Amino acid sequence: MLAFLSPWIAGFTIFFGYPLVMTAYYSFTHYDLLSAPRWVGLANYRFLFQGDQQVWPAVSNTLWFMAVAVPANALFAFGVALMLSRARRGNGFFRTVFYLPALVPPVAATLGFVYLLNPGTGPVNSLLGALGIQGPLWFDSPQWSKPSLVLLGMWGVGNLMIIFLAALVDVPKHLYESASLDGAGSFQQLRYVTLPTISPVILFAVVIGVIEALQYFTQAYVASTIAAGSAAGATEGANSLGYPLESTLFYPILLYQQGFRYFNMGYASAMAMLLLVVALGVTVLIIRNSRRWVHVAGAAR
Amino acid sequence: MRRLAAVMVVLLLALTAGACGGSDESKSTSSGGSGDITFWTGFTDRELGVMEDVVADFEKTHPNIHVKVVGGISDDKIVAAIRGGNAPDVAHSFDAGAYAGAYCGNGAWIDLADYMKRDGVSEDIFPAVTQTYSKFEGTRCALPMLADAYGLYYNKDMLAKAGLSGPPKTVTELMDYAKKLTVRNADGSLEVVGLDPFNGFYENIAAHWAPQWGLDWTDESGKSILSSTPGWADMLEWQKELIDWYGYDDLVRFQAKAGDEFSPQQAFERGKLAMNLDGEWRVAFIAAEHPELNYGTAPLPVDDAEPDLYGSGYTSGSIIGIPKTSDNQDAAWELLKYLATDTGALAKMANDIRNVPTTSDALQSPDIKPDENFNVFLDIFGNPNTRTTPVTVVGSANQDLVDAFAAKYQAGKVDDLQAGLANLDKAIDAQLAAAGGGQVP
Repeated sequence: MLAFLSPWIAGFTIFFGYPLVMTAYYSFTHYDLLSAPRWVGLANYRFLFQGDQQVWPAVSNTLWFMAVAVPANALFAFGVALMLSRARRGNGFFRTVFYLPALVPPVAATLGFVYLLNPGTGPVNSLLGALGIQGPLWFDSPQWSKPSLVLLGMWGVGNLMIIFLAALVDVPKHLYESASLDGAGSFQQLRYVTLPTISPVILFAVVIGVIEALQYFTQAYVASTIAAGSAAGATEGANSLGYPLESTLFYPILLYQQGFRYFNMGYASAMAMLLLVVALGVTVLIIRNSRRWVHVAGAAR
Repeated sequence: MRRLAAVMVVLLLALTAGACGGSDESKSTSSGGSGDITFWTGFTDRELGVMEDVVADFEKTHPNIHVKVVGGISDDKIVAAIRGGNAPDVAHSFDAGAYAGAYCGNGAWIDLADYMKRDGVSEDIFPAVTQTYSKFEGTRCALPMLADAYGLYYNKDMLAKAGLSGPPKTVTELMDYAKKLTVRNADGSLEVVGLDPFNGFYENIAAHWAPQWGLDWTDESGKSILSSTPGWADMLEWQKELIDWYGYDDLVRFQAKAGDEFSPQQAFERGKLAMNLDGEWRVAFIAAEHPELNYGTAPLPVDDAEPDLYGSGYTSGSIIGIPKTSDNQDAAWELLKYLATDTGALAKMANDIRNVPTTSDALQSPDIKPDENFNVFLDIFGNPNTRTTPVTVVGSANQDLVDAFAAKYQAGKVDDLQAGLANLDKAIDAQLAAAGGGQVP
């Protein structure tokens, strides 16, 4: 029996179990990547909760992103899928077109968006200028940098859209018919037939979205570095993570900065443990809460 | 049988004697070490070509050693490589201030004391300020190779057109000049900016401006003294005053189209910036990319209250060392010694890369091509008031925290500057304490 499980056990141990145990161990040490870890007990956790002044901005940025990006992505994906499920002609073409952005690698997509949204020379602001509107500073503004990242995320929502589309076309037609026989308008049909039926997919979107938001790194790293890069100097001393003004300093970015730039891997491991606990907690909360609104077709209740 | 054995023994003895003799010989000559080594450097493009040239010269005088040069390396890569065990034999780091503490304090780069003693290389051949950023708490794991000095570049045509003579010498003059040299478009946006002290723009970071107010970062015990030194608040207030005069958002918009710092579209080179804080390497860039630019260089202006500081500035530099994972440290040391101490090599690098050479001999070398704009930086480098940033074990954390604060202050997000600085001191001390590390005074 164990022999049949052994590939999975090996994989689990190597890629999940061992890193988890080592991260937990490192969180109690001072580890600078270049020499052996030195036991420091709870010092890292004390610094995390009391000493590091960048933790609160990082946490609030991540929470903001979670609160805004998850609904934005889910709603946008659902909206597009809804339109696609109703469309008659050109269905295949539009499905492809809306899915394509999801295929673009995250770094390339971010680079493209930073270029597009360049406040001085970018096409978007030039177009807005032609319409008489002075475009915002997008990635160079502390107020607009996170919304710009949300826009970037919404653009690449193809995966979620396809899943929503599959769920939408799977809603039994007879439910719509009986609803319309009962006199339900299209909005009521949406609310009482469509949404409950696809609620497992909504749950999926929310959970995946929350986990991605808690781990959000690549796009913020690239965007802040590039946006600062057009104006920032040499590698010497110019740390542009979180540009502008720590508005894109998300929790994983702070973790990276502490672990790899400041040689504080022990502290970064402590941050990672906290993130694990928070992610676990949030997911459990969502799933517990989901029993009230997720309708699983055919399940015995 | 016995005879065969005897012959075998004699042969063996002869061979070992020969081998022993051979290796003794190679150890006793000064060019010990041979084989293939790799050298990682941060230079790219034109500057990398110069580096490869210098290494080729080295190979001519050391025919036993073959060097593979890899360019475009960043410190992240060096750290990752040391951890992975495939680090180069000689590594070159651009960011001494941020990384010397880590490399030396953790044994990542080997201690060079033995090699230096063996070959009679004294650390006094390097100017004092370069000695401080290439070692940490007494352990010297690196030698300085090429330094940067920072000063003021100014566009002579623009100054003449505005009726201004000579470069400004005090910060009050500097602000005055900056305002007079600024040109706005009809819609109010900035076309030409006199001087942009925005934190994070090109080379504008707190560390580069601090020497102009004569500022230190810590006291002897290593505690951060930003709130107890009035100069820090003065410097930040001066910068904010100028930024508010331009209009914060207008300046950000201007910066967004300023052009990448290391491309030919750099704003000063294109005539969009009248004056700029920059390093001595810009001389070579301008010569290669915009030779028609009529510009001059001068030391950065100083605080009106400290006129004696005029002529000094900020310096930092590159360091080279031998990662501990190198398996050919003898050969690596030969290359290291050549790159850091050979006057000819340093003069060549000074001429073609236009960085400041880092031995006292090389600074006086007649091989250095005279260039009035470049010589200003040599003088800044040699000025006794020229400062560098303290080396810590937490990389650039202290500088990053200060820059983040300065950026917030410039954006108008800090109501009480003094309280903010006190808080900043606390944050820096906490970061250093958390890393359990000390600081070079």
